[in-house]
Amino acid sequence: MSKILMRQMAKNQSGTITAVKVGGELGRRIREMGIVPGTIITVQGRAPLNDPVALRVMGGTLTLRNNEADHIEIEVED
Amino acid sequence: MSAEFKIALAGNPNAGKTTLFNAITGARQHVGNYPGVTVEKKEGIYECDGKRLKIVDLPGTYSLAAYSVEEIVARNFLLQERPRVVINIVDAANLERNLYLSTQLFEIGVPVIIALNMMDVAKERGIAIDCRKLSELLSLPVVPIVARKGEGVDELMRQTARLAAQEREWQPANISYGDDMDEIILTMEEKIKASAFLTDRYHPRWIALKLLEADSQLREAGLQANKDLYEELANKVKKISSHTKRTLETTPEAVIADYRYGYIKSILMQGVISHQYDVNRLYTSDKIDKILTQRFIGPLIMIGVLFGLYQFTFGLSALPMAWVADFFDLLAQGVNHLMADGPLKSLLISGIIAGVGGVLSFVPLIMLMFMGLAFLEDSGYLARVAFMLDRIFRIFGLHGNSVMAYIVSGGIAGGCAVPGVMATRTLRSPRERMATLLTAPFMNCGAKLPILALLIGTFFAKYQAGFMLFLTLLAWVTALLTAKLLRLTILKGDSTPFIMEMPPYRFPTFKGLMIHTWEKTWHYIQKAGTVILGISILMWVIMSYPALPAHQRQALEQQRQEIIKTTNGSAEHRQELLSRLDRKKAELKLKNSVAGYLGRGLEHVSRLAGFNWRTNIALIGGVAAKEVIVSTLATAYSMGDKAGSNKASLARTLTRSPGWTPIVSLSLIVFVMFYSPCFITVVCISKEAGSWRWGAFSILFNTTLAFVMAVVIYQGGKLMGFG
Repeated sequence: MSKILMRQMAKNQSGTITAVKVGGELGRRIREMGIVPGTIITVQGRAPLNDPVALRVMGGTLTLRNNEADHIEIEVED
Repeated sequence: MSAEFKIALAGNPNAGKTTLFNAITGARQHVGNYPGVTVEKKEGIYECDGKRLKIVDLPGTYSLAAYSVEEIVARNFLLQERPRVVINIVDAANLERNLYLSTQLFEIGVPVIIALNMMDVAKERGIAIDCRKLSELLSLPVVPIVARKGEGVDELMRQTARLAAQEREWQPANISYGDDMDEIILTMEEKIKASAFLTDRYHPRWIALKLLEADSQLREAGLQANKDLYEELANKVKKISSHTKRTLETTPEAVIADYRYGYIKSILMQGVISHQYDVNRLYTSDKIDKILTQRFIGPLIMIGVLFGLYQFTFGLSALPMAWVADFFDLLAQGVNHLMADGPLKSLLISGIIAGVGGVLSFVPLIMLMFMGLAFLEDSGYLARVAFMLDRIFRIFGLHGNSVMAYIVSGGIAGGCAVPGVMATRTLRSPRERMATLLTAPFMNCGAKLPILALLIGTFFAKYQAGFMLFLTLLAWVTALLTAKLLRLTILKGDSTPFIMEMPPYRFPTFKGLMIHTWEKTWHYIQKAGTVILGISILMWVIMSYPALPAHQRQALEQQRQEIIKTTNGSAEHRQELLSRLDRKKAELKLKNSVAGYLGRGLEHVSRLAGFNWRTNIALIGGVAAKEVIVSTLATAYSMGDKAGSNKASLARTLTRSPGWTPIVSLSLIVFVMFYSPCFITVVCISKEAGSWRWGAFSILFNTTLAFVMAVVIYQGGKLMGFG
């Protein structure tokens, strides 16, 4: 098990969120969509220019930008 | 008179809220705005068991934080209008995330009934939900529904009516946010209660919670109500903040959010929900996405879809638009025959019929645009467009969905800025939306094409095909760069977070599309109609008054008599001389009018860009509607206003007239492309932006920008020897 930032995740890789390190509006937006510690996510794909990223969370799909994903720490299996 | 109860309808975007609202109220809806903001407010009446339920559709939000306008509107409505019941629509296939908004409703304490929507989709996905269990655990009614098919809606409304009839005290739910938070909430609650701090408006527990969440609205209200107590409470919050920062590297706000999800999980895990398949299994929708958002095929399909939307809107609307125009032409002809010449007739034909006809001729276009756009939005494709284009548009401070507004406005030459500006409604990020709607009119709309075509054909005939493509690119570059400029100056601010849901693909309901389209179109007719009529009359006055002085009129009449008397050639020859005189008269009248004076007065300035007074008059007319530029130019050059039939002769006149060179023409092309939007667009900008100031801004800013560009081209061209 190791901790990485969400940006570094590969397509179809899964992991568990360990921390969301941002406050303010961005932090609130991230959390209200269910991206909170303990949630399991899978990277579903990336946009044609590699950014934003599409995630599978709680059975639905969310998108966020890479620089927003930088605030999210994930624990993944090696 | 039966009792009337206020009921609010709340839910996440994409949970099916609008569909449910339509199912409950049918077409009996009233659409308005929430006071002071451009957020739409829909109301409808439902009668049940002798009770009248007044349903208010709250904007779709994911939470009740006070960040976006939608959230503030939804929250203020709940707290100030205090509805009897909130119907909280929840997507059953997305239960966990949708309940986040619900927990915030529980925290406020308003009586809630949950409408568990899309039970059919959930079932298809192998998700089983025990509604009775959920209802027990939350101690509130839960009604399973399928809003698209109207299933369960009657039962939902019966239960809502029953709940509304009971007068219940608002009681915030007792959700635990962890020992530290719970403890501080309790002490803050005591203090708040003791000094009745804002308790006339809110529940003490909710106030404490919001202060911990650093809520800006509560901060302001608190500072006003009791500054000392607010400071004392804020100090407590500060203390716990530094504590959580030290121990958990986080903020109280984040802790509260995490515990809300913890609360939801704890409820769902008590046998409420069971999955037949893996939760993150890919569904049909995801499989479609593998193609539609694929790296290479995705953008190609998107270009096809955008082009299709354009063809649909402008292709299908051409015929009905021509019908509307024909109808008003016929009306004008009728008036022409029935009435004697005079100012009243001229006012009726050129002022009123032209104005009303102008507004109404856009109706087919607007209807089809909204229908096409609603189809893309409701089907879920619009979210994919934003996803694919975000990286590019973000560079210019815009949103991926800005592309819609640009294309409809004329990003593919020939669009129209009126529906284009209205298309920005799909943008949920305020600054990005403003930047889009202020720059969309730079695109080459259909009304600019005749004058552009005339000038290109006259002065750049050799490069005709390539030139139009060049002008289209120039419009895009200018719009994007101006958007960037605006976002760096008057619309300064970070880009709105992009976190967005990609809803599963769905086939939009016919009823939903129709209601949506009709509503928007009616709104346009009502709002634009009244204002445009006034402006159209004003433009007529400017172009026709003051009338020619008596001695000039007499001189013209004398010439006329002479022609009739003295010409002894063929009748044709006499006719030719007479119509030449009529055209001369029209030119003199225009020159003598307010617009004429303005045109000549502005010549001192406009000369810098190479424009003479005749061009100036045409450009002033173009502010009313860009279509008018060619015909006004023709009148000013004594050609009569039927320029459509003798474009070639107008072109000849221009090439022969002194002062008309390719560089002047290029300068004029650029000016026409970028100067003030037409009045209908300005009215729409003002309505969409929520203030007349933005409309005035777009007139002044665009004209200044266009003039600077035109001067640079003309003077630069002269310096390089092209003059």
